[in-house]
Amino acid sequence: MTDFVTLDNVSHGYAGAGSALAVEGLSLTVRKGEFAAVVGPSGCGKSTLMKLATGLQFPHLGSVTVAGTPVKAPVKIAGMAFQAPTLLPWRTTMENLLLPLEIVPPYRGEIRRRKAEFRERAEALLASVGLAGQSDKFPWELSGGMQQRTSLCRALIHEPQLLMLDEPFGALDAFTREELWCVIRDLQAARKITVILVTHDLREAVFLADRVFVMSSRPGRILVERQIDLPRPRDLEVTFTPEFTDTVHELRGHIVKARQ
Amino acid sequence: MTRTNLLIKASPWLFTIGLLAVWEGAVHFFKIPVFFLPPPTAVAQAFVDYAIPLARNSWITLETTLIGFGMAVGFGLLLGLLIGWSRAIYAGLYPLMIGFNAIPKVALVPILVLWFGIGAVPAVLTAFLISFFPIVVNVATGLATIEPELEDVLKALGASKLDIMRKVGIPRTLPYFFGSLKVAITLAFVGSVISESVASNYGIGNLMLQAQAQFQVPLIFAGLVALAIEGIVMYAAMAILERRMTGWAQRSGFAQS
Repeated sequence: MTDFVTLDNVSHGYAGAGSALAVEGLSLTVRKGEFAAVVGPSGCGKSTLMKLATGLQFPHLGSVTVAGTPVKAPVKIAGMAFQAPTLLPWRTTMENLLLPLEIVPPYRGEIRRRKAEFRERAEALLASVGLAGQSDKFPWELSGGMQQRTSLCRALIHEPQLLMLDEPFGALDAFTREELWCVIRDLQAARKITVILVTHDLREAVFLADRVFVMSSRPGRILVERQIDLPRPRDLEVTFTPEFTDTVHELRGHIVKARQ
Repeated sequence: MTRTNLLIKASPWLFTIGLLAVWEGAVHFFKIPVFFLPPPTAVAQAFVDYAIPLARNSWITLETTLIGFGMAVGFGLLLGLLIGWSRAIYAGLYPLMIGFNAIPKVALVPILVLWFGIGAVPAVLTAFLISFFPIVVNVATGLATIEPELEDVLKALGASKLDIMRKVGIPRTLPYFFGSLKVAITLAFVGSVISESVASNYGIGNLMLQAQAQFQVPLIFAGLVALAIEGIVMYAAMAILERRMTGWAQRSGFAQS
């Protein structure tokens, strides 16, 4: 597998030189088609990592490479989803899904001509996350879990090569969260998309990821890199095996150390 | 319809009738002279007697107000978008605007008269000057409160600032904008009537001033009622417009409970 996202010895901070850095000496490589999870204590610069990898910000030191090219502008090949679904309340589910296609090239020039085709694609995507027939509803008519599924679909509609997830299930109840784990697991398996999941739920990280990166507290850097060898496809039952809980336990130990 | 619902529907009328009845009763009971406080019946009589001048001047006031208000909407929207667009413009203009807004607009009327003479122009301009501020502030607030995550989602796709403005900023600002129109239209009436009563030969403001000079107190009150009616009608029009245009933002049951 080739490297897809590479951060090499990256340091980055906000608000003037001299103030505390958000990340320092951060190096991390995610391979093409890999599911990577980044965990760490709160405020460890996970969100900065998201912004750096998508070209929303550029590092003061070090370099960021995505899909073989140094990042100098927003990468355009990434889809993002956050803890808040951030859907537009004046648009229906369908219209919310079409939003990225109105922005990102080459679709933005074709949106009028290929609208019917795009709508079909959106319907299919919605069906694949269990939202068939919901496309005419407004976001506020959907439950929290359904809104988050829509948000995931919006991140995927333009068929990005990279999916960035920033605690996307953090605000959901435990059962809905596990349901959505399976949704994202299946989407990733079907599309072979590269995923970077930022989370502080260790079970989530271990269940979904091929590799888990543990970050230190501020300024953030990678402390531990842990390969997860649980066989795929993984069923939720795997979360009750000793191997799984041992891995979670081990990672927890690293986090506790990182917080000190 | 349940009993409570019926009561809620009827209560504005009951309260209005109640107020008028108390007013009428008090005037008679305390033997208040008509030239001091005319009873509602005398005001109604003045309404009938002076129906034509009242209607004509109401129309002029309405026209003046709406022109000034229209200018305020255009200018306010533009300035609000500009301020919301750039932090530098915001920082530069905000102190100026607050300073300007702090000036009582009645103090500007003499200057406007100096420039444009007595008549409709100062009244239109006063209505405009007094009513654009809430529109600017609301539009700028709507833009300033775009969720940063949503901005990130779009920026990562290569969205330009104009894209974000068009797809998110402007639709998101509409509830703020239409909400501000209700405030602005009311202020616009204040502006035009102030200017009419100081520096015009037409309009309800001028009519009331003349009525005062001739001691036709019921007519003064009739003028007030005419203004109140115009104000209510325009406010209702703005409220309906708001609900029509931004129904998605008004789904909370909070105000209904």
